[in-house]
Amino acid sequence: MKRFITLNVNGAARTAEVEPRALLAYVLRDQLDLTGTHIGCDTSQCGACTVHIDGRAVKSCTVLAMQAEGHAITTIEGLSGDRGGGGGLHPLQQAFWEKHGLQCGFCTPGMIMTAADLLAAKPKPTEAEIRHALDGNLCRCTGYQNIVAAVQAAAGAR
Amino acid sequence: MATLFGSGIKRREDPRLITGRATYTDDVKLPGLLYAAVLRSTYAHAKLRKVDVAKAKKAPGVVAVYTGADVKDKLDTVPCAWNVPNCDLKVPPHPPLAVEKVRYVGDGLAMVVAESRAAARDALDLIDVDYDALDAVVDPEKATQKGAPELHKEVPGNVAFTWKVAGGDVAKAFAEAPVTVEQRIVQNRLLPTAMEPRAACASYNPGTGQLTCWVTSQNPHIHRFLLSVMTKLPEHRIRVIAPEVGGGFGSKIPGYPDEALVSFASMELGRPVKWTEDRSENYKVTIHGRDHVEYVALCGTKDGKITGLRTKVYAGLGGYASTAAPGIPTILHGLMYSGPYTIPNIEGTIYGVYTTTTPVDAYRGAGRPEATFLLERMIDLYARKVGLDPVEVRRMNLIPKEKFPYTVATGLTYDSGNYQGALDKALQMFDYKKFRAEQAKGRKEGRYLGVGVTTYCEICGLGPSQVAGAVGFGGGLYDSAIVRVYPTGVVRAYIGAKPHGQGEETTFAQIVGDEFGIPVENVEVVAGDTEATPQGWGTYGSRTTAVCGSAVKVAAQRVKDKAKKIAAHLLEANEADLEWKDGKFAVKGSPDRGKTFGELALMANVAWNMPPGVEPGLEATAFFDPSNFVYPFGTHICTVEVDVETGEVKILRYIAVDDCGPQINPMIVDGQVHGGVIQGLGEALQEMAVYDEDGQLLTGTMMDYAVPKASQMPKVETAHTVTPSPVNPLGVKGVGETGTIASVPTLVNAVCDALAPLGISHIDKPLTPARVWAAIQHARGGAK
Repeated sequence: MKRFITLNVNGAARTAEVEPRALLAYVLRDQLDLTGTHIGCDTSQCGACTVHIDGRAVKSCTVLAMQAEGHAITTIEGLSGDRGGGGGLHPLQQAFWEKHGLQCGFCTPGMIMTAADLLAAKPKPTEAEIRHALDGNLCRCTGYQNIVAAVQAAAGAR
Repeated sequence: MATLFGSGIKRREDPRLITGRATYTDDVKLPGLLYAAVLRSTYAHAKLRKVDVAKAKKAPGVVAVYTGADVKDKLDTVPCAWNVPNCDLKVPPHPPLAVEKVRYVGDGLAMVVAESRAAARDALDLIDVDYDALDAVVDPEKATQKGAPELHKEVPGNVAFTWKVAGGDVAKAFAEAPVTVEQRIVQNRLLPTAMEPRAACASYNPGTGQLTCWVTSQNPHIHRFLLSVMTKLPEHRIRVIAPEVGGGFGSKIPGYPDEALVSFASMELGRPVKWTEDRSENYKVTIHGRDHVEYVALCGTKDGKITGLRTKVYAGLGGYASTAAPGIPTILHGLMYSGPYTIPNIEGTIYGVYTTTTPVDAYRGAGRPEATFLLERMIDLYARKVGLDPVEVRRMNLIPKEKFPYTVATGLTYDSGNYQGALDKALQMFDYKKFRAEQAKGRKEGRYLGVGVTTYCEICGLGPSQVAGAVGFGGGLYDSAIVRVYPTGVVRAYIGAKPHGQGEETTFAQIVGDEFGIPVENVEVVAGDTEATPQGWGTYGSRTTAVCGSAVKVAAQRVKDKAKKIAAHLLEANEADLEWKDGKFAVKGSPDRGKTFGELALMANVAWNMPPGVEPGLEATAFFDPSNFVYPFGTHICTVEVDVETGEVKILRYIAVDDCGPQINPMIVDGQVHGGVIQGLGEALQEMAVYDEDGQLLTGTMMDYAVPKASQMPKVETAHTVTPSPVNPLGVKGVGETGTIASVPTLVNAVCDALAPLGISHIDKPLTPARVWAAIQHARGGAK
């Protein structure tokens, strides 16, 4: 039942042989070596696996890899568009760094991907809107305060 | 050059984390990698009749299947490493995979090793297990009662230990006291929920006899030792690497069967084997926290002077004694019963109890949150009974600042403190009188406003090794650093602790940078690999900066002392005539005659012209063992409004004033406080691991266990006072756990204060709307 699929990930065509039940999160991590996308639960609560599909934030643990064929996938590794070691950061990455919006860093890729979706839809969100938008992404380290500050800073910098 | 100490510079660990370039244990991929999955007991308590793996062994992709019977002679049992003395501690064997019995839902039964994750998981379904179900017992108090099911034949009555603390004359204090308050308190069982689940990846090379094991670990040297015990491989053949670790909160301190099982499988198969738990496995198998049933009494005078405290505590340990479990409700809990107060008479009896539940061990704060909670709760009950303001009662019982070092009735000697100073600062930020007036006005309008004020201190910076030995801790509690200077003047510091979010790659670089007058970018901090780093004892108990940071400081000073000798030689001057200024050693009065740190680094490493008797190279190792623990402290204030129709609690303000001594990086300190407070508010408001009577974990996924979300939590207003500790060269105390320790009673006291007009004096946490609403209904005489 395995089948080869071609996924458009971070602007490049990537081919993988997958089972129909394979979840996008696992294919990204185990087969395409994009381990910046993390898995923190199995029930779509934690949001650590959030990626963009056609520009919208999606929890990649709830998408079958086969469903993602033909769509543009962006992971944390591709967010800034900087492929090499040029150090180019997306404004949200920069803001998370500036505002101490991360500690252990495990939830951070998903947080940033969700926040990027929020700011694309709503460039100047209120604090309440930011907190509401991040409810699907859990962080155990920061207490969210500096994550909210980072999203506000990134919004201000745009 | 301005000092780096005290500067809130950006973290140096962040670029890899924000770009997805960090390597966590599950990211490790090796040639020939196999994947393991563990079959877990679905019964809380049962005799095992049969674990039949025949079908699983034949499944596609499966390489091997191991049961308890297969490993029992090859792997040692899982050790408990905190053997608290003088409490008749009983630690029955904990087999890495169950053999005769299972003792909690999640107890391991068999491990499948396969060519893929999916194949390993599929094969678990083909294993046939026959159980003879036995009765479960999940409540630690009920487990001690006559007729309760017994878990271990070695432990009649399920009591693992009975530990006592006593100081003063408690019987006399209670007999003479005009006022006594009593309360039964339940410390809800919690799921630590590090966002990264646990994982282990083992690679044994039969040619070299070396085992390398990547583990989600807060303390790789402890895991090396525990792996050595379990696998029976000598310690020098084991390399433990804790790569990026995604949070721990205590749950990644213990040794678990899983890392030993993958190591065993790799040794058997000659291929690397990786296991990663999923979240429901994490909730069933990775240690839990708290789980006390407490009976507490406090006595005092009519004018607010506390004279005695007495407790009887049933502390749940779960099915087996986890690595540090016996020390948590005893040493780290009972010894802290005096808190920041002068309580002359204290007595506590703590029963450690086996129950058919997941093992309980250190969870952020570990024993101290429970001590602070019971004390702060009792003080509010007492203040209410004597009709005094709870803040004034606290103030009149605080240890005066001129009394330090101060020995409390439990025998601990606190290093330094200015508890009144922190209280005063908090009250500058919060107009207490004004709030009380608003509260009184609100009450007339049917609004229920409340305030909770906590003055706390805690024990951390664990700790002097001699004390560790005396209290049965199975290791030292010093820590270590190698500071190595390269020929080009850049530096690496190899440390024994293992930061996993706390930012020491930055703060320790600040310490080194200051010592050598070099930019922070010229210093790299290396942690987590036992092959590279000196023996250390890990990151927990808010010890990393106070203990390991001090080792970094001492090692850097040793390097500098050597550099000075070389400078004197090269400058043909007396060492005594040199001074360190602006990043170089120069002759006093002739600043032009000097050698920069970079020049000395080069000359030491090429060794063309060394002083007589001085070895080449420029590096030093330090093992720092503190003379005492450190005792951070502070005052937290929380205001709430309770909706008495729905039971919902709304937090209006949260103020945290903490004193952790001088701050190396205030931005990081604030981050620790934010996270700690919110974690504590989770405990106070919504988190609880729930078992049913049969020992099934009802909160087994994130759908059921209420980890705080962004929209549920308030902003924390932080401030600090600075009282240096005399027990380490940096003067620092810890700040990793203060938020969790202080915030729980602060919130609960605020809610109980709000509901005082209804006659409500206590509600067991977590204060979910359902519980608060039920308490209100009960108080109003309605349906319970």
